[in-house]
Amino acid sequence: MSDAPPPIAATKLMKKLMAEHFLGLDRAAREGSPKVAWCTSVGPAELLHALGFLVYYPENHGALLGATRMASETIPVANAAGYSPDICSYLTADVGAFLKGVTPLTKAYGIKGVPRPDVLVFNTNQCRDVQDWFQWYGRHFGAPVIGVRTQRGVGPVLDSMVADVSRQIQYLVPALEQISGNKFDIDRLRETVGLSKQCTVMWRRVLEYGAKHPAQLSFFDHTIHMAPAVVLRGLPEAVTYYDTLLAELVERDKEGLAAVPGERFRLYWDGMPVWGRLRMLGDLMASLHTAIVASTYCNSWIFDAFDPADPFISMARAYLDLFIVRDEAFKERYILDHVALYGCHGVVFHDAKTCPNNSNNRYAMPQRLQDLHGVPTLVINGDLNDLRCFSDEQARTNLEAFVEQIEELAA
Amino acid sequence: MVTGGVDIGASATKAALLNGKGALLGSAVLRSGVDFAASANKALQAALGEAELTAGEVGPIFACGYGRGNAAFAAATRTEIACHAAGAYHYFPRALTVVDIGGQDNKIIKVAAGGARTSFKMNRKCAAGTGAFLEEMALRLDLPLESLNDLAAGATEEASLGAYCTVFTATEVLAKIRAGVAVAALVKGLFRSVVKRVLEMDTLEGTVVMTGGVVAHNPHLAVMLAQEAGREVKLPPRPQLTGAIGAALLARRSLEQDAA
Ligand code: SF4
Repeated sequence: MSDAPPPIAATKLMKKLMAEHFLGLDRAAREGSPKVAWCTSVGPAELLHALGFLVYYPENHGALLGATRMASETIPVANAAGYSPDICSYLTADVGAFLKGVTPLTKAYGIKGVPRPDVLVFNTNQCRDVQDWFQWYGRHFGAPVIGVRTQRGVGPVLDSMVADVSRQIQYLVPALEQISGNKFDIDRLRETVGLSKQCTVMWRRVLEYGAKHPAQLSFFDHTIHMAPAVVLRGLPEAVTYYDTLLAELVERDKEGLAAVPGERFRLYWDGMPVWGRLRMLGDLMASLHTAIVASTYCNSWIFDAFDPADPFISMARAYLDLFIVRDEAFKERYILDHVALYGCHGVVFHDAKTCPNNSNNRYAMPQRLQDLHGVPTLVINGDLNDLRCFSDEQARTNLEAFVEQIEELAA
Repeated sequence: MVTGGVDIGASATKAALLNGKGALLGSAVLRSGVDFAASANKALQAALGEAELTAGEVGPIFACGYGRGNAAFAAATRTEIACHAAGAYHYFPRALTVVDIGGQDNKIIKVAAGGARTSFKMNRKCAAGTGAFLEEMALRLDLPLESLNDLAAGATEEASLGAYCTVFTATEVLAKIRAGVAVAALVKGLFRSVVKRVLEMDTLEGTVVMTGGVVAHNPHLAVMLAQEAGREVKLPPRPQLTGAIGAALLARRSLEQDAA
């Protein structure tokens, strides 16, 4: 087997930016200034930044708990406190960690705990769990929990929906002004929306390196390099990072570096990552000379609609356009388009036990892709964070057998 | 040339040696135990003995099953999914749905008329409907495993069992025993439960072939699956050896491909 490609040098910059992000939040929470807002992954981060908040994303913390496998120790604590093992394991891992008094931020950055929120701002466009999750902390810290309730299962994104979500975002302004102590300035919002737009354009270009033959980056690389798009969206740091990364990718492309040396097959991944098993799955796919070149999950931080000229409306449209908000027909078309665009031989659906919202196999989509469109599909059972729901051996056999099947069909 | 296959499953290790025409020359079935490498070796030796061959007279041997990585003598590994499909297709060369009930997992594999696999499903991470389920129930009912088939086949009545989970089913079974339900009716109810778990996994298309050790020892499951699905269900001559035979066939195919 040929050697793995050299590591990506830009990762160093990412580590530095992430450290600054978390240390800044920790300092702000301890000093009481600037104010700290907790935000869901597709909450109105642009507005929060425009009002001078530092923004903390509990879902990112949930993923860190998963990736460090601390989640296995913390989920049961939340289960015992009444949060079912069947609900979001970001929520249970995170609340359990808080109850247990642990965080991966301690080992990574020497930080004792997550930053105390001054306000928690959700958007239910992805699921209801985020609201329940934030309410737990709201009760604990006595902090206000406010947010946006977005339509789900959306077909065409109608102007009426956009107007509704846009109005809901605007209604947050007075409360956020009061908590932050800062006056809302539309020009400042235009700036943060503009930065989010730049970030999103650049993140899309990074992902498109997966479309090269052989793919230059795989899903497993994407899950690492997406961090700035997730937690620094709306800030100049994210743009700086993707500038640096893209410059490096141009050079790597000239050298013809492949994410999976000897790439033979290409797959699309739908559903959440299995955070605690990324290494195992990455190594397995590499041994099968198969690259996972694109994913619904990593594409979820592409927000094409952002437009600084019309910040509220474009934020609303960007949040509504997302895959997770849409109906089954949209999702099916979306996956088919990406399978074609990225030249995939098949689709792996991860059925995450605790996240129905990101498990798109549950309404017979794999069967439709296979029977109506001739796209081979595989469903693997697992979870984003709860490794009690994941079997290495089952996943290995399933993925190996799927690649064998693709190979047989190709022959 | 003779080729071989070993299927190192969670419960049993199977070995098969085939001649160039696909006829079975020797085979063995042993408990896997905890030392997969040793079991694989033992099974191979036993199959060689039965075939009256030495290791040097055998070409490539492929391994499949949970312990497929443990057979040092294997030229290559394949998944048990590929091997069960190849083994079943060998006996029934047409569009198939292979239903493999294993010791700890079930598989439904669809094969096109030309022999290529088109899809497969494995049971979720749960032993409901697998061999382990029947073993556990036999233990609870204090019955020897080998008595289950005759009890189910001879039952005039059938207890209805609704739970999915093995442990909850055991509770249901105990309640029925207390209520005086006949053991044979309970065993038939347990078989029905296995059949239902299988039918929940996927649709059936083409000829349905059942493979694996559980149906080898409990052929009445095939009768009940046929009734429940309303279609004929076939069994290969040695259902438990299907994976090992498939591995040997894939070893032969690789030889032919290398030669071409
Ligand atoms: S979308 Fe899924 S993983 Fe994300 S917060 Fe909601 S339930 Fe959790």
